[in-house]
Amino acid sequence: MDTVTLRVFRGDSSGGEMRDYAVSVLPGMVVLDAIHQIQQTKDSTLACRWNCKAAKCGSCSAEINGKPALMCKTRLDEATIDGVITVRPLFTFPEIKDLVTDVSWNYHISEKIPPFTPKPDAPKPFIMHQMDVMRQQEYRKCIECFLCQDVCHVLREHELKDNFYGPRQIVKLANYNMHPYDNLKRMDFIRNNMGIGYCNITKCCTDVCPEHIRITDNAIIPLKERVADKFFDPLRMLLVKLRILKNPEADRSQDSLLG
Amino acid sequence: MVDYKTFEYDMLIIGAGGAGLRAAIAGLESGAKVGVVCKSLLGKAHTVMAEGGAAAAIDDMHDGDNPDVHFVDTMRGGDFLNNWRTVDIFVKEAPDRIYELERYGALFDRTPEGLISQRPFGGHRYRRLCHVGDRTGLEIIRTLQEKAVSLGLNVHMECTLTKLLKDGDRVVGAFGYDRVSGDFLLFKAKAVVIATGGWGRMYKVTSNSWESTSDGVMLAFDAGAELMDMEMVQFHPTGMVWPPGMRGILVTEGVRGEGGILRNSKGERFMFNPEYMPPEAKGMYAETPEEADRWVHDNKNNRRPTDLMKRDVVARAIYKEVRAGRGTEHGAVYLDVTHRGADYIKSKLPSMYEQFHALGDVDITKEPMEVYPTPHYVMGGVRVEPEECSSTVKGLFAAGEVSAGLHGANRLGGNSLSDILVFGKRSGEGAAKFSKTVDFGAIDASVIEEEAKLLLRPLENNGLENPYTITSELQDAMQVGAMIEKRADGLEACLVKIKELQARAQNIGVEGDRGYNPGWQTARDIQFALKTSEIIVLCALMRQESRGAQWRSDFPDKDPEWGKKNLIAKKVDSALEITTRPVQEMPEHLAKLFEEG
Repeated sequence: MDTVTLRVFRGDSSGGEMRDYAVSVLPGMVVLDAIHQIQQTKDSTLACRWNCKAAKCGSCSAEINGKPALMCKTRLDEATIDGVITVRPLFTFPEIKDLVTDVSWNYHISEKIPPFTPKPDAPKPFIMHQMDVMRQQEYRKCIECFLCQDVCHVLREHELKDNFYGPRQIVKLANYNMHPYDNLKRMDFIRNNMGIGYCNITKCCTDVCPEHIRITDNAIIPLKERVADKFFDPLRMLLVKLRILKNPEADRSQDSLLG
Repeated sequence: MVDYKTFEYDMLIIGAGGAGLRAAIAGLESGAKVGVVCKSLLGKAHTVMAEGGAAAAIDDMHDGDNPDVHFVDTMRGGDFLNNWRTVDIFVKEAPDRIYELERYGALFDRTPEGLISQRPFGGHRYRRLCHVGDRTGLEIIRTLQEKAVSLGLNVHMECTLTKLLKDGDRVVGAFGYDRVSGDFLLFKAKAVVIATGGWGRMYKVTSNSWESTSDGVMLAFDAGAELMDMEMVQFHPTGMVWPPGMRGILVTEGVRGEGGILRNSKGERFMFNPEYMPPEAKGMYAETPEEADRWVHDNKNNRRPTDLMKRDVVARAIYKEVRAGRGTEHGAVYLDVTHRGADYIKSKLPSMYEQFHALGDVDITKEPMEVYPTPHYVMGGVRVEPEECSSTVKGLFAAGEVSAGLHGANRLGGNSLSDILVFGKRSGEGAAKFSKTVDFGAIDASVIEEEAKLLLRPLENNGLENPYTITSELQDAMQVGAMIEKRADGLEACLVKIKELQARAQNIGVEGDRGYNPGWQTARDIQFALKTSEIIVLCALMRQESRGAQWRSDFPDKDPEWGKKNLIAKKVDSALEITTRPVQEMPEHLAKLFEEG
């Protein structure tokens, strides 16, 4: 049986250190298994979050060898570099203890998002085609691991949490906005409250998404385009002014052009 | 005097999985002040793990399905230990709960006509599972979460409750702690809904998460509620076994629903072995592999594959194949879906494909999976009246996996995701209605003092027993003595071990302080898990027959007399008492449905 060294952050908001643990490796073992081994055999105070251990709940987010990833989806045999794997907590959120951070900000801003609101006359069940459903199901795959929020440099380096809701919430907005039976107008909200303009499309969020959601291409860019379209297109503004287009947002057929 | 923070709610809901969130929506819509407490972060509950779908007889596939057939399938599935009133309500209301979910924002897969697509599952006569690829549970929990948040949900995340508080015979609150800070918490409530899900963590290999340590059922038991059919622990036929790091993770029944075939190491489709066919299922399934293959493309003119028999039947067959020496080198059987083609598999079973590919180096579009039964679900739990989900203790309600009555001796796949919707709503409405009839009641400070002392003991102890060692020894004992095949001698040996561990668990010591301390958490969780294990084993010993998930190889047949009894466990004067109670007989109009086949 092989052994690897897990170099794990131990500490809290007041500071901490990296500590090494020797872990014995079984085939197919993931980083989360190694953390559990440490808890059970070496130090029962090591704090981490986990639930499903199957990459479905998004609880065990961490920075493994410097990259945001799920501990349950990162295999030891693939992550080991010269016998060592480094595991640190998410950087963007306040430290609680060891690998656990305070991600409550994500829940607070989520409360501000106008919910899906179906048209009152929508049929029961909805009549929707698989093609249209699939387009939105991509956004629905999100497991709220917050890795995209962690890696986003607007939040990570510039700490603009008051101005920008981050990729996760844009994905949610894109989902609601593209639902054929949704009845709310959200463009002002996307521009003014969520601060979509802050994103400058570096695609880091897409890179770390464990569900392979094409966050930038399929959620952020289409919404950015719609914002530009509504607020900055001079021809469109003229048409609205001349009352040829009464309300650009009421034209729901625009939605089907997205994605 | 112990320090604690106090919160007041009309309704306190313990658990934020599907049942808890649906109860919260019902409570909030009725105008009650609702508080939800959950052990993890919001949206992470075990519901996310449900893959296959939610069963509801909406008949969007035009098979001829209706609630009566769903009733028959569910009662047969549960080997008639089910409460018929519960099943009756369930089959009638499941369709509306699905449509309602769609209006909350859920996006189910569609039929070519644009209706909700339904997939076949074990024990269901028709294609009945409304699904979202193989991540239906995630869709349901996220939808309910977003709906509840939009209604103004108060949620206390990462909190563990360990004691229900009573005023006379009525529940008036709960006590526990915040895992992040370690602070004690007191919740005053006019009504309490338990929606904490199941308990699989007392087994070595399980599909359950860390949370499933039986807190909810033990809170209710401790408060004097009746528990029913606790011996009924479901072993899902297809858990992953290789590599060892993946052991216990579930392979959705959807794989077989999409045509997946079980084979032993000799390549035989062993589910056609007549030995495995229960007498009552004869004539209902394909008789040849050719017919089963035709069914995949034409389910109207062919019968279902035997791979899609009930979970208890398939789990036992796999177990027997491996025991007979026809298993793989890792002690499993093969599940093969490669014949459906790579594109189809990737679209219908995307998470399965991804999981095996990323974690196990197995490409399920090209090679079979290795599977073996794993503890997965519990049919037993808090006995409730179906109409309002009220338990035998005033002010205490229960819904979802923690409650008993719907599934009898064996749950059909897909019935749990509609269970949490139907009875989540009913429990929320029941608790809200009850909360309007009472005041907050009085809380006995000495009970809080005592519970706080118990909680702190492992931290103040000098660490003689390690909570992880106790947990691991319990898991070993249950895995051997109370697994899929049970015998009196094995169960008795397991019970002796549980008693020994209960004594040792009084002496657990842990390091560190109260803030986010997994050792301290485990020290508390194991107390509940030990008591639940004792009840499971005692009930399994008592029921001297084989029925559904209860397989006593020393009593291999169904006993018609036992078929008329539920087992009831209850705390009487601080001692555990187990008795039997007659199963309620179905009224004539429902009994007739079974005569017609």
